[in-house]
Amino acid sequence: MSGENTVQQPGAQAKSGLHISRRAFLGAGLAVGGGLLLTLRFVEEASAEDALISAYIKIAPDGIVTLTAKNPEIGQGMKTTLPMLIADELDVEWKNVRVEQAMLDPIYGAQFAGGSLGTPLNWIPMQRVGAAGREMLISAAASTWGVPRAQCEASMGVVRHRPSGRTLSYGALASKAASLSAPDLDSVALKKPEQYTIIGKFTGGVDSPRVLAGEPLFGIDTMLPGMSYAVYEKSPVFGSRVVRANVGEIKALPGIRDAFILHATEGDAAVRMGLVDGVAIIADKWWDAQKALQKLRVEWEPRSVTGQSTPAFEREAARLAGDAPQSVIRRDGDFHVAIAHAAKVVEASYSYPFLAHATLEPMNCTAHVKADGSVEIWAPTQNPGPGAKLVARTLGIDAGRIRVHMTRIGGGFGRRLNNDYMVEAAMIARHAGRPVKLLWNRPQDIQHDSYRPAGFHHFKAGLDASGRPIAFRDHFITFGQSGRVASSAGLPRDHFPAGYVPSLEFVQSLLQLDMPTGPMRNPGGNALAFAFESFIDELAHAGGRDPLELRLALYGPPRVLPAPPRQFGMKIPPFDTGRVRGVLELVADKSGWARRSALPAGTGMGLAFYYSHFGYVAEVVKASVKPDGTPHVHKIWAAVDIGRQIINPAGAYNQAQGAILDGLGQALHLNITVQDGRVVQSNLNTYRLLRIDEAPPVEVHFLRSDNDPTGLGEPALPPVLPALCNALYAATGKRIRSLPIDPRLLRST
Amino acid sequence: MRFSILVNGKRRTVEEDADTPLLWVLRDDLHLVGTKFGCGIAACGACTVHLNGVPARACVTPISAVGDAPIVTIEGIGESDWGRKVKAAWLELDVMQCGYCQAGQVMTATALLAKNPRPTDADIDEAMRGNICRCCTYTRIRAAIKRAAGLPTADTREERP
Repeated sequence: MSGENTVQQPGAQAKSGLHISRRAFLGAGLAVGGGLLLTLRFVEEASAEDALISAYIKIAPDGIVTLTAKNPEIGQGMKTTLPMLIADELDVEWKNVRVEQAMLDPIYGAQFAGGSLGTPLNWIPMQRVGAAGREMLISAAASTWGVPRAQCEASMGVVRHRPSGRTLSYGALASKAASLSAPDLDSVALKKPEQYTIIGKFTGGVDSPRVLAGEPLFGIDTMLPGMSYAVYEKSPVFGSRVVRANVGEIKALPGIRDAFILHATEGDAAVRMGLVDGVAIIADKWWDAQKALQKLRVEWEPRSVTGQSTPAFEREAARLAGDAPQSVIRRDGDFHVAIAHAAKVVEASYSYPFLAHATLEPMNCTAHVKADGSVEIWAPTQNPGPGAKLVARTLGIDAGRIRVHMTRIGGGFGRRLNNDYMVEAAMIARHAGRPVKLLWNRPQDIQHDSYRPAGFHHFKAGLDASGRPIAFRDHFITFGQSGRVASSAGLPRDHFPAGYVPSLEFVQSLLQLDMPTGPMRNPGGNALAFAFESFIDELAHAGGRDPLELRLALYGPPRVLPAPPRQFGMKIPPFDTGRVRGVLELVADKSGWARRSALPAGTGMGLAFYYSHFGYVAEVVKASVKPDGTPHVHKIWAAVDIGRQIINPAGAYNQAQGAILDGLGQALHLNITVQDGRVVQSNLNTYRLLRIDEAPPVEVHFLRSDNDPTGLGEPALPPVLPALCNALYAATGKRIRSLPIDPRLLRST
Repeated sequence: MRFSILVNGKRRTVEEDADTPLLWVLRDDLHLVGTKFGCGIAACGACTVHLNGVPARACVTPISAVGDAPIVTIEGIGESDWGRKVKAAWLELDVMQCGYCQAGQVMTATALLAKNPRPTDADIDEAMRGNICRCCTYTRIRAAIKRAAGLPTADTREERP
């Protein structure tokens, strides 16, 4: 979101936002076995920071169209969505489309699942791939018939000559089309929305029938001839080195092929997501390796764990809050002068815990380091490119000698943007000299994550006589290593309400952290939304303002703020306060916000808004509290603006509902605590994911504003946490300022 | 030790330690990988199979405890009427996101409907609460169970909390 408080042409609306400034090259050729193989290659004009993007279309003589899905599938549906974009413009019937997963290959450009970027990065390029293919097929037909191109049209896999009524199928035309030169991608005409036949239609996931047939699709299902299984035990205290281990004894156990020590290759192993010290056990069966762990004795080098405990972090954070901040993130006006003139001052401290990703498929990877030194890897990774580079660097080989198969993935949530399991598998496989499937057990998975960082916010705000905030301060106590903010532990300088309160300061102090952190679904937002949107609710109540009305007043009249510079290789859509207003008013309307005073005593509604990943989401939670203090969520409403087109409603509603319930689970239960440098929780009995009996109805409404579509994996998650806590306040008068929610604080006294 | 078990109607013989969990027999010996590993302590339900028609957690069921009980896995559940209906509803409503838990969800849902063809929301909660969906597709899991049962799928719990 733009932080500059500059008003640009009030009333101006954001026009189609994402134009990717790339020159596109299209190549065509015959596919193996006949048919058209269309290769699209985008070359970034300005810089080398963005990799190539490409996609493939293969049309068989029988008309079956095979589309390549270039990105990993972690459950956000990109393996279905991206081919839908190609297929619609290509103008074929979806039932004739087959989808193949790409390997990691520079020809495809960036291949990753993260940042809710699959849609915005590929919306136009994938349609152009399809449109270019359609144009080539039309040209092939016109040339076959010797008629003007303009007399021909394509629809549903068939080219038709209008005057004569003659037709040719794509399958019949494919070989000829492949011999034609490809059109300029920037000039290919795209359909109008009313012409879509696939985009916008409820389309089931392309892999779903195979998942329900039990086919081997996931990383954990990889099975190779001559394959062994491995476990890898690391120090429970992050970063401790192996001094010695009883590997001889382990090797003598039944079914065990080998046991050996591996050492970290670079950096501080406490915080790095690469190869860290550990003991590998290789067996003919995974269960044998897992059983051998019970007999494994490792001496870990002692490492100072002073201060590396949750209670110590809390004490130190409280101490730091009273001190002068270590650094300034942002300073507008003079907070101290403004607060001195405030009609009312509100202060509150908020905190939230570390979280583990706990993907249901534990970390795993299969690797084969061959006799010639080349490496083949089957990896459930969101980010295969950096994974291959990590393997290359650690093994000391050229990245070009590594082939990476992207398997289907049993949940990403950001955990698999890191590739520690990949480098472990490669190192173990090299030692073994045969294919090895490394599989972590659940305690290893929970205790060796890249955690969502905990954080502490000390807010102070001043209101004027009308209840409007005129001064705002956050002293953010977060985590870092050697003075640098840890991964995903930062506060963006343009975070709301920056830019909307004249005198504001965001200041920061760091706690030393000796464990890895990293992005988790909606990094930053999954934590910051709770703190900031709860405190905004406090300010509304303190100032006697309706929480909806105060937000509308703060964001002000509809206007488009200056867009930040290019990021992720694309033009960033500007922030539009009209879209904020749109979703706030829509969710208020759908939830009956204005009538909430008629709710029975003890039942309340809470509201929150959050902008993230280019998506505008407002949510209302209706909740009460059971006698034992447990929150009872009656229903959740969401209004979501991710642009004019929902590409696949099947996936979109599912993503929004799932993200909201994911956030609800975080608010209610999820908590990773640290004791003496190690994570306390070890399995899904103590790290308590949401279950179906705690999942309320979730009603999602999409607001179709006239903007290019953006992603939906993440934006719907953050608002539910503050909306729930704000609802509990409305229901009970008790304010939740620390997560997860402690029911004892909500019990009626 | 040698064990003879009945999996999806087929007699299979495996050489295993008595304490090896059924999950690893299915996955690594018989290569029936539709049944998933999630936690190893019966906390998540990803490994749910039917033992004598009753949902069981394969990750904590030693092979020696199986005996002659017929085992049905996700690979075989479509052979039953309810299994077929549940799978069809799952696809029709596009329940899955990552899909990793869904074999276990389908197995538990099928056992629920076989016993209780018209489940209430409370029945669904009770039967399904042992199966975690990390993607939180619970809205659609609930709806798909109702769809398979021929019940209205609208979630009306707000009106009658």
